[in-house]
Amino acid sequence: MRVNVTVNGVPRRADDVWEGESLLFVLRERLGLPGAKNACEQGECGSCTVYLDGVPVCACLVAAGQAEGREVRTVEGLADGGALDPVQEAFIEAGAVQCGFCTPGLVVAAHDLLARVPDPSDPEIREALAGNLCRCTGYEKILDAVRLAARRARS
Amino acid sequence: MDFLRPATLAEALALKAERPGAVPIAGGTDVMVELNFDHRRPDALLDLTGIAELRDWSAVPGAVRLGAGVPYRRVIDELGGRLPALATASRSVGSPQIRNRGTVGGNLGAASPAGDAHPVLLATGAVVEAVSTRGTRMIPATDFYLGVKRNALAPDELIAAVHVPETGAPQQFAKVGTRNAMVIAVCSFAIALHPATGRVGAALGSAAPTPRRATAAEDFLADELGAGDQWESPTPLPDSTRRRFGELVAAAASPVDDVRGTAAYRRHALSVLARRTLDWAWQGYTGRGRPCA
Repeated sequence: MRVNVTVNGVPRRADDVWEGESLLFVLRERLGLPGAKNACEQGECGSCTVYLDGVPVCACLVAAGQAEGREVRTVEGLADGGALDPVQEAFIEAGAVQCGFCTPGLVVAAHDLLARVPDPSDPEIREALAGNLCRCTGYEKILDAVRLAARRARS
Repeated sequence: MDFLRPATLAEALALKAERPGAVPIAGGTDVMVELNFDHRRPDALLDLTGIAELRDWSAVPGAVRLGAGVPYRRVIDELGGRLPALATASRSVGSPQIRNRGTVGGNLGAASPAGDAHPVLLATGAVVEAVSTRGTRMIPATDFYLGVKRNALAPDELIAAVHVPETGAPQQFAKVGTRNAMVIAVCSFAIALHPATGRVGAALGSAAPTPRRATAAEDFLADELGAGDQWESPTPLPDSTRRRFGELVAAAASPVDDVRGTAAYRRHALSVLARRTLDWAWQGYTGRGRPCA
């Protein structure tokens, strides 16, 4: 089937999509956007987190056809041209990236948190990132990055 | 495989009647896992996310009619006051990403014994609104769960909504898991006090082939509360009552040993959850029931 979806503000079209395929597969394999990562394929790890109509979701759990006519924003769509989003900057500066596999999902989840809650408490940060697993960097640096991004946004 | 995208409920029902094997998909948090792992290859997916009628909730006399497509996120944000135990259970579902997509309707459709909403639906006396081209059937939650991942829906039926009573009285949900987030219940429990009828609702999850009510525990507690005139003049409950209630809840379970926990652990944990949630609920009732003077 054909799927029409607006990705990062650009109308895109994917052809020959299998009806049981996920939005994640369409993004990565058909539209050339490998930012969202494919890991658990069961919504456990959060590494495929993207915005669907402004709401963070696991792209592996969205059927491709369910994205028809809707707006998707991936980690590739957070930077403004050459300038990284402040959340991305903060992840780099805080050393919150080691292997980087979980990073795109965490960046989108943190981006959403800070858009809703500009000055989050630590429990709020933990709750917002509870659906994103990291297996090497360690969560302390990731929490540091979110605190840093929040501080910068306020000043 | 076909991907069916009805725009209205009527269209969806016509499609389901024509193709009873079509698998309904809403948040995708169960169905997509089965597809991704090739555990299921249905002839068709019936996407319900385009149907506006399923997306909202409304207040009906004595209850909330919760559209099958309302995600947990909205239950938490919008219904914490009206349906406190369902909101609590919803907060314990998966992660923010899962709660943004997953629905109570999907929990009912999947009918997993571990589904977080089920004990609350049973304890509060919720009723499932099942629809087909033949008409509407109102199925009490008590009659809805038939076996492991089997429910009372006919092949041509869809869940339009679930009617959850607004009891206006204390109700609680608690769940045991290995961490706070992203966890399938090892066991779960809900209690709802129904002072208007002198009844108590008590139901357990993840500790039997289906979610189920603990009817002996319900009757025991209702008798204790009725006999002591506790509904009118509530006083702290004796330890013997709290303990016996927990034992009866544990006795209602038929748990198995599995990767998440042993049967013995589940029974023990259920008795603790039952006592604890009873304490919370009763504190809420005595607090509110106390005369202002």
